[in-house]
Amino acid sequence: MFESLTKRLEAAFKNIRGQGKLTEKNMKDSLQEIRRALLEADVNYKVVKQFIADIQEQALGREVLDSIQPGQQIVKIVHDELVKTMGGANEPLKLAETPPTLIMMVGLQGQGKTTSAGKVALHLKKKGHRPLLVGADVYRPAAIKQLEIVAQQAGVESFSLGEHADPVDTCVMARGEAQMRQCDVIIMDTAGRLHVDEQMMGEVRRIQAQVAPHEILFVANAMTGQDAVNSAKQFHDALPLTGVVLTQLDGDARGGAAISLISVTGCPIKFVGTGEKLDALEPFHPKRMADQILGMGDIVSLVEKAQEVVDREQALKFQEKARKATWDLEDFLQQMQQLKKMGSIGDLVQKIPGMKKMMGKGMMDVDEDEMKYVEAIIYSMTPEERQKPKIINGSRRRRIADGSGTTVQEVNRLLKDFEQMRKMMKNMMKGGKKGRRGMPMMPGF
Amino acid sequence: MAEEKRGFFGRLRERLSKTRSTVIDSVKRVFTAHGNVDDSFFDELEGVLIEADFGVDTTLDIIENMRLKARGSGVENAEDLLAVLKEDLVALLSPGDHALSWDGAGGPHVTLIAGVNGSGKTTTAGKLASHLKSRGKTVMLGAADTFRAAAVEQLTIWSERAGVPIVKHQDGADPAAVAYDAADAAQARGIDCLLLDTAGRLHTKVNIMEELKKIQRVVGKRIPGAPHEVLLVLDATTGQNGLQQARIFTEALHVTGLVLTKLDGTAKGGIVVSIQKELGVPIKLIGVGEGVDDLQPFHAREFVEALFS
Ligand SMILES: Nc1nc2c(ncn2[C@@H]2O[C@H](COP(=O)(O)OP(=O)(O)O)[C@@H](O)[C@H]2O)c(=O)[nH]1
Ligand SMILES: Nc1nc2c(ncn2[C@@H]2O[C@H](COP(=O)(O)OP(=O)(O)O)[C@@H](O)[C@H]2O)c(=O)[nH]1
Ligand SMILES: [Mg+2]
Ligand SMILES: [Mg+2]
Repeated sequence: MFESLTKRLEAAFKNIRGQGKLTEKNMKDSLQEIRRALLEADVNYKVVKQFIADIQEQALGREVLDSIQPGQQIVKIVHDELVKTMGGANEPLKLAETPPTLIMMVGLQGQGKTTSAGKVALHLKKKGHRPLLVGADVYRPAAIKQLEIVAQQAGVESFSLGEHADPVDTCVMARGEAQMRQCDVIIMDTAGRLHVDEQMMGEVRRIQAQVAPHEILFVANAMTGQDAVNSAKQFHDALPLTGVVLTQLDGDARGGAAISLISVTGCPIKFVGTGEKLDALEPFHPKRMADQILGMGDIVSLVEKAQEVVDREQALKFQEKARKATWDLEDFLQQMQQLKKMGSIGDLVQKIPGMKKMMGKGMMDVDEDEMKYVEAIIYSMTPEERQKPKIINGSRRRRIADGSGTTVQEVNRLLKDFEQMRKMMKNMMKGGKKGRRGMPMMPGF
Repeated sequence: MAEEKRGFFGRLRERLSKTRSTVIDSVKRVFTAHGNVDDSFFDELEGVLIEADFGVDTTLDIIENMRLKARGSGVENAEDLLAVLKEDLVALLSPGDHALSWDGAGGPHVTLIAGVNGSGKTTTAGKLASHLKSRGKTVMLGAADTFRAAAVEQLTIWSERAGVPIVKHQDGADPAAVAYDAADAAQARGIDCLLLDTAGRLHTKVNIMEELKKIQRVVGKRIPGAPHEVLLVLDATTGQNGLQQARIFTEALHVTGLVLTKLDGTAKGGIVVSIQKELGVPIKLIGVGEGVDDLQPFHAREFVEALFS
């Protein structure tokens, strides 16, 4: 949809080369392009205006470096400034010196508050805390039930006075409840509300006044457009917000709302949501976010994520096997399990501009159902069969199909696919001996 | 929709008398402060359109067009030019069928409701069920979101509010199986309208988009011609990504219309202009609150008035 900003700037910058210094005049076109890129990424209009003015001031008078592409030079300035605006990476939650720590989730409807409450609870549980999730949304049908299920999924305690009680009372009572259950963190899930709804804003202010949370997290979704400034501003005016949770970053929104939110609230983004499941919560990385807003792709996180799960040594072993075509179904199974661990890597890859087109739609998707049945089939084979698929004759196929609850056709298809993949990999390894060194190999990629 | 007469505009004003005005003021100022159109007028107009989420391309198109018109027709007064712009936008948003079709040609009329997470699908299904029932239709809800925690319970509460039956399986069940069963039950019981609520999904996840196609296929097998209506639910606060969402959903499904929710906030939902322009998908309904009556038919003129109010 958007070509890379760098590329677009190249054109705008052609006539600056060799001009010595960056001036208001020779920067005009490129600033125009940057402005456009930011607006397309949903950064608020007024925020962009201010930002461009700042950039201009900074860049003015700088030498035009002949050694690097001028486009990259200004992108670098913009990128650095975006990173600076978005503040430090990895702002942790402030935990109270004397427990319990009180955390309140607030925001508009449908942004991901309840899900994020569960994610934060799981995150803290993993760090050795005992969180209590508190259901204080009495308006959305089944919201309390949703929170209870989320708490169960996270394996943490939950509490609510129910949907007929005053949410303020629920939050107040939660303290005693936490003490009784020996919980050291209280996470309150409040109802979604519009910033212009005075009655509802009054309610959340009352909760705040009564329980004085240590953290008040404004939850907003990354697809939010220009209006992010209006809602965030009024929430900020009503409540002492301490941080932002930016959800649904697993989509393909550029996420310019991040800049708007930080600009109006002055609060750091403490977490980002990258999926519906409760472990899909990550610390915020301003650098990656800046890349994404400028359409430069989230390459860093892709690489990091891949490194995290792929055992390097094993990858090399696989590579060797692939080259010699001794790669067998056992290896295939192991690789598939690694791939599963990588989970959302397909989503990450899609964020890289151009990548999606190159790979073709669906290529990067790991279909968990499909994998389950492939796994079942391979599990039903003997070790010998896994190593030498050639010996799998008709009667073995029938046995495997029965054992895995699949059909002979499905077993046939898997064996055929596997054989094709093996050939393909062998060829690939021959061709790319030098170039692809060190890149962990992934099946199907 | 019970209060169609008062219109979306009147209802909005009533619901949100107060704080909203601060945002609105700045928009009004643009058109009254400028007696005559000049460059600064166009600059400010650009700001208004972009802040309404029209997007850069559409905004620049509109501005260019307005400049030409101002020059060509000699319209000099800002308010006059605004009137011209409004007419243009109304014309742009008008094509297509903005009404819901309710005759299921003998069998149940099936509406499939889709969209990204948290956009307001379940709420819209509930409101719509109630509205149709008040029009004398027999209605059934199908809970094909088996994924999100308590999604089935949420829709069940809506079915109770509307007083209509619901078909549901346990959590984690195959959504297509629920859809099929619901179609089956609706057929067997001679129901007029079946509304299928689906799980939210980001358009980027190819597999779960496939699941949606499967639901569409499966109901078509049980009831020929179904789904008769496929509504894409879009949150009005969505920015430029809304267009991409619409692109992918219309690629996967036979989307017949948009539902623009959460217009009771301060977001204007301007991205629908690009959606209608590029994809020709008409807006059919708007959501203006969380209550059972907060669903209204879309009127291009009222929508455009609200953009500049
Ligand atoms: N893809 C994705 N979906 C999310 C994320 N966070 C929340 N959701 C989904 O967004 C929808 C609304 O979330 P919910 O927690 O109910 O929002 P609330 O109304 O603000 O409490 C649900 O369908 C969630 O599964 C995220 O980071 N990624
Ligand atoms: N203010 C407002 N809130 C809405 C509207 N439509 C839905 N919501 C709220 O948005 C949240 C998500 O809605 P839901 O129907 O659960 O979304 P789904 O995930 O798409 O099914 C809920 O809190 C709803 O009450 C609307 O038109 N206006
Ligand atoms: Mg909630
Ligand atoms: Mg739903």
